[in-house]
This record gives sequence, C-alpha cells and structure tokens, in this order.
Amino acid sequence: MIPTIPQPSFTKWCYRAYVTVFFVYLALPLTVVCVFAFNNSVFPSPPWEGFTLAWFFGTEAPFIGVFHERSILRAIGTSAFVAIWVSALAVAVGTCNAFLFVRHEFRGKALLYMLMLLPLIIPGVILGISILVFSSTIANTLEDATGLWFDGMRPGLPLVILGQFSFITTFATLVITARLQKFDTSLEEAALNLGATKLGTIRQITLPFLMPAILASAIVSILMSFENFNTTLMLVGSDSPLTITMFDKLKQGSTPVLNAVSLLLIVISAVLGLISLFFPQRKG
Amino acid sequence: MKGHHAVPFLTLRGCVLTDTHPDLVCRDLTKDFDGFRAVDNVSFEVPKGSFFSILGPSGCGKTTLLRMIAGFQSPSHGDLLIKGASMIGVPPNKRPVSMVFQHLALFPTMNIGDNVGFGLRQRGVGRNDIARRVEAVLERVGLPGVSARRIDQLSGGQKQRVAIARCMVLEPDVLLLDEPLGALDLKLREHMKVELKSLQAAFDTTFVYITHDQSEALVMSDNIAVMNHGRFEQIGPPHEVYHNPDTAFVAGFVGDANKIDATVSSVDGPKLTLTSNAGTRMQVEAAQSNLSAGQATQIFLRPEAIELSKSSDSFESNQNVSKGTVNAVLFNGANSSVIVRDPAGNLISVAMPQTGSFAELREGDEVFTCWRPHKARCYPAPQV
Amino acid sequence: MTSDTSKLGFYLLLAPIFLWLVLLIILPHIGLFMVSISEKIGPREYQTGFGNYATFFGEPLYWRTFARTAIMSILATALTLILGFPIAYYIAKLTRGRTKTTLFLMCMIPFWVSELVRTFGWMILLRETGVISTTLQSLGLISGPVELLYNDAAIMVGLVYTSILFMIVPLVTTLDSLDDSLIEAGYDLGGTTTSIMREIVIPHAMPGIVSGCIVVFMLSLGNYLTPILLGGKDSLWFTGMIYTQFITRFNWEFGSALGFLLLALSSAIVFLGLKMSRQSLSDTMGRT
Repeated sequence: MIPTIPQPSFTKWCYRAYVTVFFVYLALPLTVVCVFAFNNSVFPSPPWEGFTLAWFFGTEAPFIGVFHERSILRAIGTSAFVAIWVSALAVAVGTCNAFLFVRHEFRGKALLYMLMLLPLIIPGVILGISILVFSSTIANTLEDATGLWFDGMRPGLPLVILGQFSFITTFATLVITARLQKFDTSLEEAALNLGATKLGTIRQITLPFLMPAILASAIVSILMSFENFNTTLMLVGSDSPLTITMFDKLKQGSTPVLNAVSLLLIVISAVLGLISLFFPQRKG
Repeated sequence: MKGHHAVPFLTLRGCVLTDTHPDLVCRDLTKDFDGFRAVDNVSFEVPKGSFFSILGPSGCGKTTLLRMIAGFQSPSHGDLLIKGASMIGVPPNKRPVSMVFQHLALFPTMNIGDNVGFGLRQRGVGRNDIARRVEAVLERVGLPGVSARRIDQLSGGQKQRVAIARCMVLEPDVLLLDEPLGALDLKLREHMKVELKSLQAAFDTTFVYITHDQSEALVMSDNIAVMNHGRFEQIGPPHEVYHNPDTAFVAGFVGDANKIDATVSSVDGPKLTLTSNAGTRMQVEAAQSNLSAGQATQIFLRPEAIELSKSSDSFESNQNVSKGTVNAVLFNGANSSVIVRDPAGNLISVAMPQTGSFAELREGDEVFTCWRPHKARCYPAPQV
Repeated sequence: MTSDTSKLGFYLLLAPIFLWLVLLIILPHIGLFMVSISEKIGPREYQTGFGNYATFFGEPLYWRTFARTAIMSILATALTLILGFPIAYYIAKLTRGRTKTTLFLMCMIPFWVSELVRTFGWMILLRETGVISTTLQSLGLISGPVELLYNDAAIMVGLVYTSILFMIVPLVTTLDSLDDSLIEAGYDLGGTTTSIMREIVIPHAMPGIVSGCIVVFMLSLGNYLTPILLGGKDSLWFTGMIYTQFITRFNWEFGSALGFLLLALSSAIVFLGLKMSRQSLSDTMGRT
C-alpha cells in the first residue's frame, strides 16, 4: 500500500516484478526498432547479420541510408515546414486564449471554454474529414461562382496545417492558461504604478513570466504535429509529411532505413520532450 | 494526585484499578533511521483512563514514537505492550489503538456517517447496528444528526470532534492524538483544549497526546513526558514538570523562564552563592543540584516568581534584590509583563502583578526586583 | 474594464478563438452532417434524406464493424485501466523524489515518439519472421515460425500500448493528491488492503479514472494506424471503413454518415462517462 504499512515481502516482490515487466513492455518495441537500424540486412528482422551504419550513410542500392534517401529527406522537410507553422499559430492563438480566459469575465465564458476543449474529444479522423468536406464544399462553390481555381482549399499542406492547428491549439491554450493563472497580478499593478504603459507591462513583465510555458507548448506542438497521423492522413495532398511517407513505405514492405529514421525520431522526440518538461520548472 | 514521588509515571487518578496491566507500556523503545536515532531508549507506562502527553520541540522524535505505537513504524528494538500484549509485528489494522491524525484525515469522499462508521464496516457490523452506534457516538461528541452531511460542511472544531468520534466508536484501548489542534486558530484551540479534556473524561479512555505546545500539555494532561533528542527528559504531572523541572531543557521548554548564566561561588549545604556572568551575586536554594564551587551553571527563574516594588524597604534580607529600569511594558491582559534592565544590562522578564498597582509603570521608571532563593532552578551549564 | 481600449483589447482577444472554433470546428462538423444527409441521385445532383444512414443499418458488415470497433475499444480501455492502475499507484505512492521522476519520464518517453514508430516496433516483434517468433524457435519452444501479427490480440496489445500513458498520467496526478494519512487512517480503523482500495483510494482516484478512460476510449475508437498495421487488411476497424469511403471509393456522402456515427458514439460515451461520475468536461479534460 504505502511504505509505512507493513506488507508481506512476497507481495512486495510480486508488485516490483510486475512494475519491471511493465517497463520492459514499454521499452521493447522502441528498443527493437533502434537495434535493427544497425542490422546489416535488407529486412528489419532477425537474424542479426552484423553491425552496419549503412542505413544511415549508405549510398549504394539496396543500402541507401537515411541521409541519401531523397523521399525521406523531402518528407522531413515537409514535416518541419508544417510543424513550424502549426506551432507558431497554435502558440499565438493559445496565448490570446489564455489572456481571454484568465483576465476577462464575459457572458458565455464557460460555454466558450467547453467549446475550446471539444477538439480533445473529437477523433482525429473525424476532424480531418470534416475539414476536408467543409473546405472542398467552399472551394467548389467559389470555383462555380468565379471560375477561378482555389487549390489552397484542396487537400495539401495548407489544409494539413489547419487540421493539425485545430486541435493542437487546445493543448497550447491549456498549458499557457495554467501558467497565467499562477501569475500574481500585483506585479503588473506594480509596473503600472511605476509608470509603465499597459502594453509595455505585458511585454516586460507578463510575457517573460509566461515564456517557459510558451516555449514548452511550442515544443509540444512541434512534437504533436510531427507525429500526427490521423488528421493528416485525410488532408494530405501530393507533398506528404514524414509519418505519411513512412506509412506508405511500411505498407510496401519495410527496409531498415525506416528503423534508421525511427531512431532519429526517437532521439529527437525524447530530447524535445525532456526540454519541454524542464522549461516550466525553471523559475517556479 | 498525591504520593507520586516514588514512581512518578505511575500516578493514579483517584479510581481504584482492578486491571493489573497499564493500558500502554513502552520498554526501551528505540527507532533508528539511516545513521540517525529518532527515538532513544524510551520507557514509560500509561495507566488506564489517563491523559498522557508527550511534549517536545519539532524533530524531537515524538511523532515517530506515536507512529510506532500506532504501527506505522516498527521499532528498531524494545517492546511495546497494549493491555499486556506485545504489539511488535502486529499491523496497524489489528491493533486496539486508534489515531486522530494531525490533519484529521477525514475521508473527503464519504459523508460524516460513513466516515464514523468506516471502522465498524471493516469489522463486519450489521448496517442497522452501525447506524445506531454512529448516531450514538456523534451525540456523545455533541453533533447529533449530522450523519448525512459532507465533511466540508463542518467547521474546524466540528471536524475535530468527528475525527474523535470516528475513533471512539471502535472503543479503542488507547486513543493517539497527533497534534490535532495545530491547524486551528487560537481562540478555537483554547476552547478545544477544554473540550478534549472533558471528552476524555466522558469516554474514560486512555489518551496519548503529542504536542509542541506546552500550554496544551499543561492544561489537559494527567502526566506529561517532556521529550528532547529522542529521549524523555522528565515524566510527571503538569505542576511537577512546571515547578520542579528535572533538567535545564525542561525548565527552558515548559513555561516562560529567565535564563541567567552564572558561576558557583560557594556551596553551603543546599544554599548556593552564584555570580552571574555580568557580576551580580545571587543566593539560590537547590537541594539536589550536585553543583560545586567554580562550576558554570544556568539559573532559570519564572517571571511570576519575581516581585516588583517601587522601593527596596519591603524586602526581607535573604532575598535577591536588585534595582533596575523599566525597558518595556508588554501589555497582554492578564499575562502582561515588564521587561526590566538590571544594572549589569541584562533584560529580565517580570510578570505584571494583577493588583493593578503597577498600571502606571512607564518605560524608564526605576523599579526593584526581588526573588526568593528557593524559587530559582539551577543546572550545570551544558558543555560547549 | 469599460473603457474603449480595453473593449477593443477584449474583441481582439476574442477574434482568434472565434475564427478557430467557428471555421475549423463548428462549421466543418455542421457541414459534415449536411453532407451525410444528402443522397446522390445523379452526377452533381443531390437530395436531402437519411439514405446513407439507412444503408449503414441495412448492411450488416457496416454496423457489425461499428459494434466491433466499439466493443474492442471498451475492452482496450478496461485492459489499460487494469494494467495501468498498479503502475500509476506505484509511481504515485511507493516512490519518492528522483525515482519517481525517472519512472514517470520512462513512461512518457515512448509517447513522445510517433505512433507509427511504436507500431512499427510491434510489427518487428510480432511478425512471422519477427523477434519473438525467432526467439521462441531458437529456445526450442516451437518448431516452426508463428505469425503473431494480424489478429485481434495483436490489435489489443497495440491499442493498450498506444494509449496507456493517457491512463497513467491522470491516475498519477489524482493518486498523488491522495494524502498518505488517509490510507493510514483507514488501516488504523481496521481496514484491509482491499477495503481501503475500494472505499478510499478508488473513490479518490475516480476523476483520474474517468478522464483516463474517456481519453483512452476515444483514442482507441479513432485509431487508424494500429488496427490497420497490426490487424492487417481484414482488421475491420471503423476508421478504416471511413478512409475507404473517402479516399478509395470517393463516396463522401456515405463516408460523412459513417464519420458522424463515429462522432456520435464517442460523444455519447464521453457524456455517459461524465454523467456517471458526476464530473464536468472542464474538470476532466482541463487537468491534462
């Protein structure tokens, strides 16, 4: 139960064994993905054929490494482009929302807050198709009316960005709102009292206080965007982000180059994730 | 309360005991944590139906001691008996003791009736029986008909009583209380002291109460153990602990006292002549101080043991009289005091006489202070 | 607050959230519903009606897949709760300081990695030529290769793996806030491990259990990758069916109807979960 309650050592031992097995279960898939990135074989499966770095740096078929595989490099670029847009938009809107929910009282605030949470409970696939249907309908109507083409409203990167933005913003809002709630407004009053302007106060006092949360939510947004699949799948056009490219390759039959990409993703995600956790801890 | 000198911790309260076992006995109880001894060879007995307090500063080991009695810590060695049966190895849910936690630990997910009935449900008591007994115990603590209410609908003092009812419904042999008044505001705390004492008398159950607040211990207890650095410095009834402290720690911790560092000049039987570090000579009567000439000592003098006077005429010759100036008057109703600066520059706290004759005293006034040699307590100074 | 500048500031703050929610959430879902109730009667000719929904209920394959997806998701949620609760309890109540942080991070790291990578890992482990099959053969426990992929158990393993963090995090948060002295008080009053779990720990953890279950259920219901990759082509998962209607068959009207049904089911379960535990969406979701 808790350390101060005496328990039979057998029970304690069983409990620890279960916890250990659980963490093995957690680590196992990621471990094999990483290990087989270094296997000198064209299939990411046993037997172990020896160590190689060819799946990272190889240039000759069939051993074409990540850093020379055009389609993957392009997909990484696409993902990064999408992620940066999504992150910037989500953090900007999230910060506005935080100020709106913490600093303002208005009619329908509770309703608006609930609406803001809705994207969390809408399955990603549904979010994707609803935006797809809506934008296509508008594009059709506009094209019928004007005779012009509206490619931006057809499946493609702009829609992917909007689709991911539509639910990642909720997370950014929650993180930044939580931080702003901890802010002691008397600090702002002190700054105003000392002669600062209203905007100057927000820029010099409030935003620096929010910065850890803003950075953390920016990183989390990038991570979520990078790994999003369901919404993206429905909105993607000819330029596919990394997860879609990998999915297509995986369906065709995988080579360890996918393991190599995954290894890079694991390392980068873990580092970004850890950074996002430690940002808010600084300065309380 | 007479005749306790032979075995100070076996004080009996009027009633005749037929039970040969005291409710709680600790023998050489010791608890070691990594490289640190929290409780050091503590032995004591608590007779049935008495109110026993363990008083000490925070970190003295009193909480560890209480948790050992409850069963949440196991002693490193020593024995612990409740009604004559050893509790070593008995888990907390099988011990005939109940505990009122520091923050009460009332279950917020249950209403008051379910909280109080929790222990009975664990024993498999029938539903109707539980309802009846819960209502009965709530009535005894003065809260009839609150069963259906939520915990957060109660005031601090009412929560206190529910926590006690939750334990008392199980009719434990010993009730442990872990500073339960600490979270209350001053006024309520004063009130609850009296109430706890009368509840204890009404239930006639053995209470073991730990606190760092000496006034709580003095008001409520039949016996007090003063604890410091894991050891018991003294066990005795409140007036004994207050008037005849065994050690310098007890003298300083229980009640207010002026502490004067001094050196023994001469010894004449129980009569000692001391010279304070500032040079003032003092007469002290101390029967068993075991002090010898030249030894460094600490003198403890209660503020109410010192008399104030505007002239030195009224004092008898064998008293310690000195002239001083009023440094400050601290008005606090019945507890008002005067800080007097003696010629050597030391500040002495003196209780303001209740007669009102010094109501006009102002800072800078000259006064005489006087105390009788047997009023002071003298202990060897701690080795530095 | 009534000055013109602060009014202007208020509307400036209101504009982004308004645009976001109206243009990307509310209108698209209304649109989705409108499309789902339009039936195609000719090229670019539509009429309003519930024909798409009638098709769904008329064809056993569709509603059976729907029911199967729902039941598997409920099962996955229950499994996740049963497997995750002891871990959350261990982290929250039996570890302190650095160990606690480390264990918590070890739980989180797999979930910062793309779901695709995690599923890929399970494929390497489970397939016929995979790690587990090969290991069992070399240990002499089985004579030939075994295919562990492409069955419901594989889907279940993947679903639990994918969503268990979303169970553990809210559970750890609520269990952390349970004061140890309440458990001690339970013992002191004669409670046993079972009765304290039932009467004190679980009622206290209820908000965490509800929010964990809701999130895990939704993630399972809306999952596409895991059933497709671990369950194979015949995995019969409802999202797969929506994808087929939209992308392969290009039958958006019917696809929208399916999508709307999925949304209705997930909303209904969330609503029921909140009602049963008497919680509000803000309390439950806001805590993440």
